[in-house]
Amino acid sequence: MKEVLIDLIGAPLGTIIFQLVFAAQFTVYLSLIAFIGGGIAAIFITLARIAPYRPIRSAATGYIWLFQSTPLLMLLFLCGLGFPHLFQFQISPWTAASVALTIFTSAYLAEVWRGAIGAVETGQWEAGDALNLRYVVMLRRIIIPQAIKFGLAPTIGFLVQIIKGTSLAYIIGFQDLMLVGKRWANAPVDGSEPFIIFPIMAVLYFCLCYPLALFARQLEQKALARGQ
Amino acid sequence: MPIVSMEAVQKWYGDYHALRDLDFSVEQGERVVICGPSGSGKSTLIRCINGLEMCDAGSIVVNGIELTKRSESVAKIRSVVGMVFQQFNLFPHLSALENCTLALTEELGLTQSQADEKAMQYLSRVRIADQATKRPAQLSGGQQQRVAIARALCLEPQLMLFDEPTSALDPEMISEVLETMVSLAEDGMSMICVTHELGFAREVAHRIIFMDEGALVEDRDPVGFFERPDNPRTKKFLSKILR
Repeated sequence: MKEVLIDLIGAPLGTIIFQLVFAAQFTVYLSLIAFIGGGIAAIFITLARIAPYRPIRSAATGYIWLFQSTPLLMLLFLCGLGFPHLFQFQISPWTAASVALTIFTSAYLAEVWRGAIGAVETGQWEAGDALNLRYVVMLRRIIIPQAIKFGLAPTIGFLVQIIKGTSLAYIIGFQDLMLVGKRWANAPVDGSEPFIIFPIMAVLYFCLCYPLALFARQLEQKALARGQ
Repeated sequence: MPIVSMEAVQKWYGDYHALRDLDFSVEQGERVVICGPSGSGKSTLIRCINGLEMCDAGSIVVNGIELTKRSESVAKIRSVVGMVFQQFNLFPHLSALENCTLALTEELGLTQSQADEKAMQYLSRVRIADQATKRPAQLSGGQQQRVAIARALCLEPQLMLFDEPTSALDPEMISEVLETMVSLAEDGMSMICVTHELGFAREVAHRIIFMDEGALVEDRDPVGFFERPDNPRTKKFLSKILR
């Protein structure tokens, strides 16, 4: 692969593109970890957010507020540098970036999903109550199937935000597309000037994000069509 | 034993006094129509009976069970009370049949085939068995409301609550829903209906209740209600609505 690229477009650029594409896989992995980990956490937070007990609801609301109003960059600094320094432990950039992005994602998705559940008409809850359905049955059979329709498109759309968000993880030494690209852009090598490297990186990010954005828009239109 | 008995029931929404010291009871097999201007507390009254709203003071006893905040009490009462809503509130992602069978399989432990059989029986009862596989969006308003009635009947309630069941319907669909309700009445179902359909009230109600500003103003047999109402507020309401 690397050799093919070098043969095709010459030495520095072929190597650079190979390294950038190679590094992009870690961007994908980190995004997937954040999305899956954050998604699982968000399920529990969302359930807590709509639980019929006020203290549980308040705790979940607090979590969402706290981490939604915290810049991702600061979360990364805290996980990668702040806490390890404060409590004297070692943490790999992988772990730190995963934890920070998972927390960030969970708070955001929990809020999106709570909104989706809130968009289900109150009449649906009342009909379930009048039929004497238990809370879990009501959620599983009535509310969640309808909420998915409202929540799917913004959820996929947020995946785009996560992919772009991972680019901040270079700041704590995470080896992704961003870090490798920046390193090349700063290297005193002919043909690796910033105005060459950054557009290539932008194209790579675009290739990752655009299909998802397109998919989200499709889902949204489908949901709209079904709503009419 | 009355199926519903309310004593000194009070309900506030913030400063707004929705139910003022209400005494109200309904006997087994009795059919009561509640009417009154909007904001008079009619819907609040029937929503208190199955615990969709909780009253702030007073006592409500349904079928011998006292309604309290405890979930067992609410569940026991809901198991004998069926409710039909103004906006139908069918589950849009389920077919008419599935709307009816959901509670049967999930809560009463029927197998799917037992539940289907029972649901079809009640869908036939409201003359809509041929539309059983359709989703609510594919049905007319009148058909949706009849499915909603069948869904409530599947749980074999002792009492049916109707909260303005025809108010959201196009005029030409009102009669099919009213006919279904009349046939329920003929079977001796205890019913409390909030409705402006005074023809229906005259035909099937044992008693008509007029509410205004959260209070029970008039409680009469239909003939007395229409021909010689006691209260000036009832007279005024009737003169507007019967014009």
